[in-house]
Amino acid sequence: MNAPTISEQELHAYADGRLDAARRDAVEAWLADHAEMRQTVAEWRIQGEQLHRAFDPVLDEPVPTRLAEAAKPTSRLPLGMAAAIAWLAVGGIIGYQLHGAAPPQGPQPSTSLARQAALAHAVFSPEVRHPVEVGAAEEAHLVAWLSKRLGADLKPPHLAGQGLELVGGRLLPGATGPVAQFMYQDKRGQRLTLYVQRDAQSSRETAFRFAKEGGISVFYWLDGHFGYALSAEMGKPDLLLIATAVYRQLNP
Amino acid sequence: MSRQADIVAEIPRLRRYARALTGDAACADDLVQDTLERALSRWSLWRPGNLRAWLFSIMHNRFVNQARGPRIVDCPGDEALPDLPTRATQTDSIELRDFARCLSQLSEVQREVLLLVGLEDLSYEDTAKILGVPIGTVMSRLSRGRERLRALLAGSELEESHLKVIK
Repeated sequence: MNAPTISEQELHAYADGRLDAARRDAVEAWLADHAEMRQTVAEWRIQGEQLHRAFDPVLDEPVPTRLAEAAKPTSRLPLGMAAAIAWLAVGGIIGYQLHGAAPPQGPQPSTSLARQAALAHAVFSPEVRHPVEVGAAEEAHLVAWLSKRLGADLKPPHLAGQGLELVGGRLLPGATGPVAQFMYQDKRGQRLTLYVQRDAQSSRETAFRFAKEGGISVFYWLDGHFGYALSAEMGKPDLLLIATAVYRQLNP
Repeated sequence: MSRQADIVAEIPRLRRYARALTGDAACADDLVQDTLERALSRWSLWRPGNLRAWLFSIMHNRFVNQARGPRIVDCPGDEALPDLPTRATQTDSIELRDFARCLSQLSEVQREVLLLVGLEDLSYEDTAKILGVPIGTVMSRLSRGRERLRALLAGSELEESHLKVIK
């Protein structure tokens, strides 16, 4: 029996190839007499190989645009502050338009779909007098107008089955162009907004994702050339039911 | 702009680690995005040195915080969500899928150590720094994690051979 003191720690370091030549020889000599441990160490090494075989293919995948975007220096603001700035920006644009000039084109921050949608929800859903630009009474006009502006056929889902009626909709500026926002309301006056963004790039993801921005829950997903985000101040399970209904209507 | 190039160069590694850590492609990319945004916002705190280890330590903190932080981006659970089509991201090999399934059954702290050491090939010292734990803790998590993974893999093999016998 040579080298009687081989710690388990050293066996791991051996399996990971982190010992100097002298210790490696000592461990190998010890393992020669300990078949069971030799087997265990071999299995540890196989685990490492399997990790690489299972996950190395990720290295060759193209980096999603949103991650490349996220690596660009941008300033991210808390929602409340962003809402305040959005109001200022709206004021600024109106001011410019009154002077007959084009609004200033600043660099677009790469904020996520969920964040933009939550911001739009926070700004417009508390509106008492002007929650929407075009009301549900003129639904045909609303649909034609927003479809034209987004350059695709839009149809607000009907959510009567979920106890929600359409209030109307509006057009908003988004990171990739015009965005449609449809607003719904339940009997108690609680509001829910569906934010629809047309994505020029054909990144296609279809899993539902959930985010919470302040008190606002958002389910969002990408489907073909569209990004959708459903926002409301309600619990995740309730919103999920509605998101599922919306998804089914959009993908009959 | 070299800082951006340096960070961009790390994205594939961050994605691989996040994929193995969360077991879900969309969740993993959310975690990477969160990490990148965090890294840029704290760029002034970075001291020239090991950029990769710094990014991994940010990712570790985001991963730990995601479970309880106010801004939750969580993973779609199979049970609650409708059956939506998703791309097959991994190789189809049953063996590897089985391996990934066993890996996902480890505790998060064990999985982190196994991945940082076994997949990312980071030193035990760097792993300890990234996780903010003493090196002894890294070694004990490594030891327990490897042992548990071995048991899980052996168990699934047993299950498989058992099924074969019945068939």
